[in-house]
Amino acid sequence: MSTPVIELVEVHKHFGSNHVLRGINATIAKGEVVCIIGPSGSGKSTILRCVNGLEAYDGGEVRVDGIRVDRSAPSITSIRTHVSMVFQRFNLFPHRTALENVIEGPVFVKREPRESALVRGRELLARVGLADKADARPAQLSGGQMQRVAIARALAMQPNAILFDEPTSALDPELVGEVLAVMRTLAEEGMTMAVVTHEMGFAREVADRVLFIDGGVIVEAGPAKQVLTEPQHPRTQDFLRRVLRPI
Amino acid sequence: MFWTDAALFFPILLEGLRLTVIVTFASLLLSTALGLVWALMRVSGIRALAFFAQCAVNVIRGIPIIVQLFYIYFVLPELGITFTAMQAAIIGLGIAYSAYQSENFRAGIEAIDHGQIEAAQSLGMGWMMMMRRVIIPQAVKIVLPPYGNTMIMMLKDSSQASTITVAELAMKGQMLASSTFKNSTVFTLVALLYLVMSVPLILFVGWLERRAKKS
Repeated sequence: MSTPVIELVEVHKHFGSNHVLRGINATIAKGEVVCIIGPSGSGKSTILRCVNGLEAYDGGEVRVDGIRVDRSAPSITSIRTHVSMVFQRFNLFPHRTALENVIEGPVFVKREPRESALVRGRELLARVGLADKADARPAQLSGGQMQRVAIARALAMQPNAILFDEPTSALDPELVGEVLAVMRTLAEEGMTMAVVTHEMGFAREVADRVLFIDGGVIVEAGPAKQVLTEPQHPRTQDFLRRVLRPI
Repeated sequence: MFWTDAALFFPILLEGLRLTVIVTFASLLLSTALGLVWALMRVSGIRALAFFAQCAVNVIRGIPIIVQLFYIYFVLPELGITFTAMQAAIIGLGIAYSAYQSENFRAGIEAIDHGQIEAAQSLGMGWMMMMRRVIIPQAVKIVLPPYGNTMIMMLKDSSQASTITVAELAMKGQMLASSTFKNSTVFTLVALLYLVMSVPLILFVGWLERRAKKS
């Protein structure tokens, strides 16, 4: 087995009296694409947010590249530059252009020379199909375009892994495809990805493994095709039935 | 009659106007810097800092400006801290207005979508960089219109410096009026001079708002 980029060992998390993560154990190896599925409120997003320290966890351990994730330790900065995040609501900086959004991290956090960051930023925008939108502000872009800029911004950090938190949930249905296409290309290029998603088609075709989370525990985990087409656990079966045939 | 008097009084009032501009501008700078410090302390997430800033702001807001000016000019010398009248006016108005500035700045900062904070953090930004690169540039747009109003209020409130012997525009006017009995001419001129200063400020703020909206 190759080196794990992300490891979660017996991770627990409470929001007040609400026990949202109840002992999560998972590893994501280099180059692996893992989709995390499950009902709303099951703790899927919280898992991602614990990995890059946007949330603190209160039991167990999360490690990135072997380093313990601790929000209050100085190492958190380097962890966040190694693991980028793409958000459901894009969270682009509205006061900056697409290109400025992309180079913000490299120039100001990683202290890269502006010139080389600009060159790479343009390449990344071209890679997500937005070469002509470099000077556009987020308000001038569609949801799908904004999310592709957000992916370019994540890539600009040259991360070891990217966390996607429901990247297509806020998009109009006809814009979902363009974002998934970019993600599929990244997966094919060997990017390590953890994707919280409701896009079962994407999970089946692109993911190496799928984790089904419910009630703060991993109910079922395994190769994507196996979990999605022949789920073993009744809760997985029930969830997939409801998602795939909602009517 | 009005015009000959006006021509005579105008140079004297201009001396006062010069002090008004200096007091306003300097106390605006001080109140902005100090207000930003209070606001950043309030949103720092460090409880002791937030509490201290909140107490300071409440104390400052709870005491009339004129009493603060008296305190700085008349009481502090008893403790061995002496300022000139101009210095005391600038410090007093600067501190007094820092409380209002800080509430405005804090409201602007807190109006920024939480997703922006998370995006900045996920790029590895520390707190200061996040404030400087992400939060404050966006908050400026929200803060600008009330900030402009504060500027105009400070221009007018600079006349309170007259209570601690700063011979600014209002005081010059009062002195002229009491020595010449030309009340209507003098105070009309004083009012016009304040208007001449505040109207460009009002227009400037309007322009800033429009520009911010465009971008």
